[in-house]
Amino acid sequence: MADISAPLTTADGKPLKAALASAQARARRRAFFLVLPLLAFVLLTFVAPIAQMLHRSVHNPGFTTHTDIGSGEKTPIMVNLRAWFKENPPGTEPDEAAYEALVKDLVVLRELKAPGSVGTRINYERAGSRSMFTKAARRAEKLEPPYKEAMLDLDEDWADPELWQVMRGASSAYTFNFYLAALDLARDADGSIVSVDENRQVYVKLFTRTLLLSLLITFLCFLLAYPIAHLLATLPLRHSNLLMIFVLLPFWTSLLVRTTSWIVLLQSQGVVNDTLVATGILDDDSRIQMIYNQTGTIIAMTHILLPFMVLPLYSVMRPINPSYVRAARSLGATSWTAFRRIYFPQTVPGIGAGALLVFILAVGYYITPALVGGANGQLISNLIAFHMTKSLNWSLAAALAAILLGGILVLYWLYDRLVGIDNLKLG
Amino acid sequence: MKKTLVLTTALTGLAFAASAQEVTVMSWGGAYTKSQVEAYHKPFTAEFGISVNSVDADNPATPIKAQVEAGNVTVDVADVEFSDAVRLCDEGLLEEIDHSILPPAPDGTPATEDFIEGALQDCAVANIVWSTVYAYNTNSVEGTPMTMADFFDTEKFPGKRGLRKSAKATLEMALMGDGVPASEVYDLLETDEGVDRAFAKLDTIKDDIVWWEAGAQPPQLLADGEVAMSTAYNGRIFNAAVGEGQPFEIVWDGQILDFDLFVIPKGAPHKEEALKFIAFATDTQRLADQASWISYGPARKSSGALVGLYSDGKTEMAPHMPTAAENLTNALVNNFEFWVDRDAELNERFNAWLAN
Repeated sequence: MADISAPLTTADGKPLKAALASAQARARRRAFFLVLPLLAFVLLTFVAPIAQMLHRSVHNPGFTTHTDIGSGEKTPIMVNLRAWFKENPPGTEPDEAAYEALVKDLVVLRELKAPGSVGTRINYERAGSRSMFTKAARRAEKLEPPYKEAMLDLDEDWADPELWQVMRGASSAYTFNFYLAALDLARDADGSIVSVDENRQVYVKLFTRTLLLSLLITFLCFLLAYPIAHLLATLPLRHSNLLMIFVLLPFWTSLLVRTTSWIVLLQSQGVVNDTLVATGILDDDSRIQMIYNQTGTIIAMTHILLPFMVLPLYSVMRPINPSYVRAARSLGATSWTAFRRIYFPQTVPGIGAGALLVFILAVGYYITPALVGGANGQLISNLIAFHMTKSLNWSLAAALAAILLGGILVLYWLYDRLVGIDNLKLG
Repeated sequence: MKKTLVLTTALTGLAFAASAQEVTVMSWGGAYTKSQVEAYHKPFTAEFGISVNSVDADNPATPIKAQVEAGNVTVDVADVEFSDAVRLCDEGLLEEIDHSILPPAPDGTPATEDFIEGALQDCAVANIVWSTVYAYNTNSVEGTPMTMADFFDTEKFPGKRGLRKSAKATLEMALMGDGVPASEVYDLLETDEGVDRAFAKLDTIKDDIVWWEAGAQPPQLLADGEVAMSTAYNGRIFNAAVGEGQPFEIVWDGQILDFDLFVIPKGAPHKEEALKFIAFATDTQRLADQASWISYGPARKSSGALVGLYSDGKTEMAPHMPTAAENLTNALVNNFEFWVDRDAELNERFNAWLAN
């Protein structure tokens, strides 16, 4: 009789628990190695870039480190001035020592050929500073004490408290100032946060517009897609397949082709306006402006995103058994009640999936508004692109993108709370 | 099958051998790139056996920073505007170009004296003088617009207006349209009142503006009748009007002159070839040849006398040049220093104004 208190063992005497664990560990390891390529891919192409973007939105070493492009060698810059900022609290009037530190640093900058990039960093937050740095650096070596007077002789703006505040802010590579800028805020001379001039405020307005337009486009897609999907789901397969091709054909066509087709159709000398004029509905002088404005953005984006709503809706409508509605009707429900109480609730997972897809795509949409949006049809993504490719202020672009990402996550969380993410069916 | 395999392998081998001798040039596309291919690229390949890859961008200055910072430079030579050349050079993103590699004029004048003032920079060599003008479609405009003020007068000349979607050139034109003479524009733009005044002038036609970004768009917008008048790069209008017979007229009043310059991004993969290309493309004859394909002025004084007929063989180029005396009566020279400094600020305000 075996001792029942002794642990169970396998045939070769290993405890059963440990043997099981090691067997499972092997299976787990195998599974892990199977997903490893995907994991590495996601980390490399998705997580790492987002992390880098978030880092860039709070980190800009333009005023602290100079990186030589050829050799990649990093040199700390503005050392003396940064030391002065550390010793003196914010709001201190810059004294002779501060100017002396500045001049010394400018001489170093000149040797490194870096005044341009340092000036650009300051220029992000205070316009017109760039040439002050390049000019002063050119002459820095010849300047004589008293340095304060010498610098002010070069340009009176060197005494501007705002400039000193910006330099103090930039003297640490880590800063939240780009987030302030992305929310139309700035720091004034004594470091407190204030709104920027009214004629510079643009980002908050564009975030709001992006949100509202995306909601509107999602709603329009829903209105258009619901009947189409219903038709597709209820028709006999041989007809619905043909119709499905009409839905998918634009989906397979290049985005640019579809967008430019809308330009051809909607422009004031375009097909739609010409037809309206030819049929006498419109005068030649009162052609409707349907493109290069918000209307253009809404029409083109709704069309382009429509398949993303139709397909999930179709996939939940197809398996709905028509006898449910028939049963409701036979029990005396009106067609509206049968739809509202029986049919519609069964399609909610598809609506949720479609709406989420369309909304998230719409929020980040870029090419279509750029081409057909004119002035007031631009979205926040167009300004992010502007800072990425034109103004080259990547930190600001990263801050804007991070806010957009944060906003989407909040909305996703809200959606999860209100509708439930489990209640989502993509196909 | 085997034969094809051998053949393709041989071809690939050839392609590899040839790839050692190539240079990638990035320019602005459309009629302008075509003029460069005809005047610079083809003769360069014929003379040195170095093939030239031509790539296009809306503005070649913008990919340079991304490429250099990422350490993945694919462009050897880029054709950029003046303020961008200076800014990129200051930021250490460009190779310096030794001016002594540039050949002298045929009469022996050294290159440093032959190029017009400002055309030679530490990191850049200009090839053309171009200008932003406005043009109109004679089919959609009644009467003859003469001045910059007419561009902003939608009562006298009804119809949409095309404008480049950037603060640069737009603000200057708004001030000139408001009656400010070219010589006072930048002094005024330095002040807040001047900027306010420019935006106030733009406000008067804001609802009638169609914004463009690529240089090929304005001729298209004009031809479609989508706009009655549009600002444009003068060469694009010339090529559409003379080359393609479009009914476009250029108004030279208030034109804004600028250079296009060749630069070499830091870390360009074929720097030697790039230098060779720049020296070749900016010699006297090549600059003159370029002017026979599009109406941009050569950056060398000695090229002026060699500029003759357009490639159609009958149109005299001289009067179509932005630098022709009769076109210069009220012309503005782009102030690169102003834009290097204020580009960020004014574009920020411009974006805010657009969004409102």
